[in-house]
Amino acid sequence: MSSIPVRQPVRQGEWHLPSKRRAGMAALIVGESAIFTIFVVAYVFYMGKSVTGPTPAQVLEVPILGTICLLSSSISIWRAEKAIEDGRMASFSILLGVTIALAAVFLTGTAIEWKKLIYRDGLTISTNLFGTTFYSLVGLHATHVIVGLFLLSSIFIFSLFGWVDSRHSERFSAIALYWHFVDAVWIVVFTVVYLIGR
Amino acid sequence: MSDIPLPISHVTDTSIPGSEPGTILEKLHGWVVTVDHKRLGILYILYSTFFLLVAGAEALLIRLQLAYPHNHVLSAQVYNRFFTMHGTTMVFLVGMPFLFGFANYIVPLQIGARDMAFPRLNAFSFWLTAFGGVLLYYSFLGGAGLYGVGNAPDVGWFAYAPLTLRAFSPGHATDYWALALIVGGFGTLGTAINIVATVIALRCKGMTLMRMPLFTWLLFVVSMLTLVTITPLTAAQFMLLIDRYLGGHFFDTQAGGSSLIWIHFFWIFGHPEVYVLVLPAFAIANEIIPVFCRKAIFGYPAMVAASVAIMFVSLGVWAHHMFTVGMTSVSNAFFTLSTMLVGVPTGIKIFNWIATLWGGRIRFTTPMLFCIGFLFQFLIAGLTGIMLSVSPWDWQLHNSYFVIAHFHYVLVGAVVFCIFAGLYFWYPKATGRLMSETLGKWHFWLFAIGFHITFDTMHFLGLLGMPRSIYTYQPDRGWNTLNLVVSIGGLIQGLAVLIFAYNLITSYWCGEVAGDDPWDAWTLEWTTSSPPPVYNFEEEPEVHSRRPLWDLKHPDDPDWEYEA
Repeated sequence: MSSIPVRQPVRQGEWHLPSKRRAGMAALIVGESAIFTIFVVAYVFYMGKSVTGPTPAQVLEVPILGTICLLSSSISIWRAEKAIEDGRMASFSILLGVTIALAAVFLTGTAIEWKKLIYRDGLTISTNLFGTTFYSLVGLHATHVIVGLFLLSSIFIFSLFGWVDSRHSERFSAIALYWHFVDAVWIVVFTVVYLIGR
Repeated sequence: MSDIPLPISHVTDTSIPGSEPGTILEKLHGWVVTVDHKRLGILYILYSTFFLLVAGAEALLIRLQLAYPHNHVLSAQVYNRFFTMHGTTMVFLVGMPFLFGFANYIVPLQIGARDMAFPRLNAFSFWLTAFGGVLLYYSFLGGAGLYGVGNAPDVGWFAYAPLTLRAFSPGHATDYWALALIVGGFGTLGTAINIVATVIALRCKGMTLMRMPLFTWLLFVVSMLTLVTITPLTAAQFMLLIDRYLGGHFFDTQAGGSSLIWIHFFWIFGHPEVYVLVLPAFAIANEIIPVFCRKAIFGYPAMVAASVAIMFVSLGVWAHHMFTVGMTSVSNAFFTLSTMLVGVPTGIKIFNWIATLWGGRIRFTTPMLFCIGFLFQFLIAGLTGIMLSVSPWDWQLHNSYFVIAHFHYVLVGAVVFCIFAGLYFWYPKATGRLMSETLGKWHFWLFAIGFHITFDTMHFLGLLGMPRSIYTYQPDRGWNTLNLVVSIGGLIQGLAVLIFAYNLITSYWCGEVAGDDPWDAWTLEWTTSSPPPVYNFEEEPEVHSRRPLWDLKHPDDPDWEYEA
């Protein structure tokens, strides 16, 4: 009785799977996008529906400097990603520092804008629908910038102590992904609030 | 059941986790600080079983109140609180934690991983969810606030604005509701992220996407759907809290706000949520039906495609909950058609399950009985769903007991039946002991009979015009007998659940010892010991087909010869 030769299944050569950190961060970004979508929809839905003033056209100024800074920070963090992959730690620290500084300028701009809106124009979250939707949408985005700033500053401090090296490049790339998302959201918020809504 | 020795070397490891010496306090501490996906899965299941009993008791009190016209078991206020808490609890503290419990326990085992992608995030998410539940129920004590009015939330589980605004809901009951759901929502988001990352990044060697067990596939789809489902609710809850605490005007109609937008936001969450709950039920049926008819699942790629299709279609149907608010006829037509479209992929699934049963050697064990009940009931639930998707029909029956009957057919007839099936199926894996089949069959038959007495009858009450959310009714409406019948069915279901709870607890000590593979199944979780060791697999498994354990048991006739 001849036995049937068992054909071995074809062995896979390499078994590569995506990074779990980047996958997790991508999933978080999908979820966050839904939150932002709801707030953006609310903003657009209530555009021009306020029953009292002030209106966006009267009080809003386009934050050009902050926008340029925030968007450039995406470039600097991308360069920082490259630097940590190649193990160039000195330029990594510098580029990370630049990213943090740019984000800080953006947040300062928001703070100055809000101070002006609250104290000079008398616009608070309870003034009218514009105030409610504006502060919640821009505030939600600013909260995300603050969270990102906290993450980046921690890594910056670690890198100053020399605790970060190219082995951490995958972890850093997950945070960079978050930062790119925060920037991309700003493009949407900026367009809706300052270009269309004004 | 099967005592074929498995040709796998590493299952001989019989060290049972949890048997290490230690005082009760140390063991309890071990459970609190655990990051093991299996323990967290069990915690999720225990947590949701507890709330299943609580919300079931609330349902019974609701039915007691409605058993007779002009009954006075509950006052109108307490009645409102009870149906709000019943709905919120069943969806957020029973349905989702149950399904995430299953996902936590089973998914890493099925893909041959040692844990979830982020074990600490996993523990954090569970405790957030648990805290959300406690917060919601604390409202019974703390919800009165400074005003001394209300205690538990009484705004309905969908909490339509402007009823939730300060002027109409003073006190803190609504705040507890919103905060509990925000906290629980973050927990849900964390677990969903974790499952997505686990499935993407931790599959064992050879486990390509098209070789993943269907349970894992569907939980992967559900988790992706959850990412975009629970977050709009969180956003809307933030808006509600901004309105209530910071004087915002999102839902304040006097300042130009719109209560309609809350309804939209809620159902953008609320309808996909139904699929978040029911897809894991499909997932459980996908594992159990093939094992108990001794055939590989029919149409595996079609099942995957149908699940992904349901995920996408489900995001575009929410406004069928809103036909009566007065939308344009274009919107009505769109949402009618998109809702009917859901019937196509779900129909594919039903046909595939039937084709799997066809010609199989069916073993009518308790898990299989529950799955067969699920097939019948889900079919009827789908058909009444298509009836309700027709907007003129919905105008007639919206907010009637017909709708209540329809969604309980989905949530009890499909989801709860499959949860029970899954518990009977995987209990031996988690504890090492089988649950009693005799008690299981009592549970099944009592529960199925009670279910049909209650929810079949509810359809007729709805057709006779009984609206939902009323705390009592006039005796001359012709609803008296039917309501009594519904309540009696509820009691029978309650009895069945008590039998189940007794079975669940006593089988832990008295159940028949299960062995590694009591059902002669084919997926990776049955290759390891019962209960599995902390590290799941001694050596990383390598798979070549959709049924790796079949290949191991039948080296002369392996599956990979037939799979593309």
